[in-house]
Amino acid sequence: MSDDHVYLTLAEGHEDDTRWAYGTGFEDPLYGVDTAVPDGVDREGLAALCLALGDDALVSAQRLAEWTTRAPELEEEVALANIGLDLLGQARLLYARCGQVDGTGRSEDVYAYFRAPDDFRNVALAELPNGDFAFTIARLLILASWRLAHFERLTASPDPVLAAIAAKGVKELTYHRQYAAEWVVRLGDGTEESRRRMRAGLDGLVPYLGELFDAHDAKTDVLAVLRQVTEAADLPLPEVPSCQGGLGRDGAHTEHLAPLLAELQSVARAHPGATW
Amino acid sequence: MATQQAASSEAVGAPPELQEYFEATIARDQRVEPRDWMPEGYRKTLIRQVAQHAHSEIIGMQPEGEWITRAPSLRRKAILFAKVQDEAGHGLYLYSAAETLGADRTDLTERLIEGRQKYSSIFNYPTPTFADVGVIGWFVDGAAICNQVPLCRSSYGPYARAMVRICKEESFHQRQGYELLMTMMRGTDAQREMVQDAVNRWWWPSLMMFGPPDDNSPNSAASMAWKIKRHSNDELRQRFVDMTVPQAEKLGVTLPDPELRWNADRGHHDFGTPDWDELMRVIKGDGPCNAERVERRRAAHEEGAWVREAAAAHAAKQTARAREGAAA
Repeated sequence: MSDDHVYLTLAEGHEDDTRWAYGTGFEDPLYGVDTAVPDGVDREGLAALCLALGDDALVSAQRLAEWTTRAPELEEEVALANIGLDLLGQARLLYARCGQVDGTGRSEDVYAYFRAPDDFRNVALAELPNGDFAFTIARLLILASWRLAHFERLTASPDPVLAAIAAKGVKELTYHRQYAAEWVVRLGDGTEESRRRMRAGLDGLVPYLGELFDAHDAKTDVLAVLRQVTEAADLPLPEVPSCQGGLGRDGAHTEHLAPLLAELQSVARAHPGATW
Repeated sequence: MATQQAASSEAVGAPPELQEYFEATIARDQRVEPRDWMPEGYRKTLIRQVAQHAHSEIIGMQPEGEWITRAPSLRRKAILFAKVQDEAGHGLYLYSAAETLGADRTDLTERLIEGRQKYSSIFNYPTPTFADVGVIGWFVDGAAICNQVPLCRSSYGPYARAMVRICKEESFHQRQGYELLMTMMRGTDAQREMVQDAVNRWWWPSLMMFGPPDDNSPNSAASMAWKIKRHSNDELRQRFVDMTVPQAEKLGVTLPDPELRWNADRGHHDFGTPDWDELMRVIKGDGPCNAERVERRRAAHEEGAWVREAAAAHAAKQTARAREGAAA
């Protein structure tokens, strides 16, 4: 019957396979971009930067994926997945670039699935467990603001690939920041309980901020966002400590990263030689 | 048809011209829209069907959602994450379609977690391996497409339009599932075994997705008469089997039914009888995962209550501030 054509043609080839669900259609995430590394670019530094930013994105996406089927409302289910998918897409692009630049030619999956926790370079803030919705939102606001400030600068990177990745990311991160900021205001202004939780969420993240500002000089930008949003939410601005040296960027992580990676890597490592 | 008489008798008290207009709309295959008069039985049947469908999308996120954090490649992770997100989106459209009939999303969610409304029995089966993700895409989304494509011509406009969009996305999901299985079948022996094992576990429950046999399907007749539903359970089940057999051959898996064979006289495949007692047990709540599926939904709903209350309180404060501002 003609109305079932989508099913009848299942086993046939499809020309429009690239139009599959968002962010899933490309085999090579950097297709069409000139991937030659320009002269004078510090390859080691570039690879390290791509890896660190990729790890921040992957670990954040993994935490957001944990919200699936647990979000407070269906709209939030969709939005958190959207943000997670954006970050997963960023991780894939950054890993692909890293593999080209560091000379190893490693694929995105080698970086994600076959490195140990102390090889990961994500900031500790990204790996903390989700906590409640307020904590997740507070973290999202901080990470999105920090990453956005950094990506805005990277749009002028001497590496055209990283500049292109950053340009794509800026649009996504602007939405992430907006989404988080709106929820901070709703929760700060909402009920006594939501206000208490929102405050606790922001306060709980303060000890991890120093590392962010150490890693990328975006303190002014992040504090400006925090000031604006907490003011609109009528919440006190958390006391931000001065820089305190790196943790995750040096491969030193909290106890939360190893179990996160054990779960992420479990199937891939159980089937060496398999293709998926 | 007896059900049309039943439908007519419910319209006592409604002006006859409204009743006639409704019946003429159905007879001409036109759409009934939210503000049109409709018999109470039609409205109730639709709310029940659309809500069950919405619940199925939302509960259906769980069996596959379990694998997002463990998907074995970043590409598969993105595909699966996006698919499960699509299901949340489908649930949203469908709850919205139910709301055009006067239902309320919160009330429907509470009926689900109190066990007063059902969802598709298929989602009460577990997903022990990553191959289940592929087989769910192939069988479960495939069966859903068989069930849902005819619903794109459902007599109720908002439902029919939601189904058009949903069916497009479901067809992507089905292809993604089948493509995963194709890739796994080209992989290691362990991967091929995983695929066959998942096929063995999901085949019969998938056939049950079309509902009980026609001679034992209490709600079907009225839905057919009102053109809410277009094909009988057995017709759709046959169609699913006929389409799936060649796909299984191409994939290189065996469908676990010794009675499955082509019948040239009928022009269809003959196949064995699903265990209807099992279907009844799962529908009544005694399937492998019924309790945990509903419990997860309940936990999300209850643990999210403070967030929804905060959003409502903020919105109310904003409205009050705007009023004060206007008055000043």
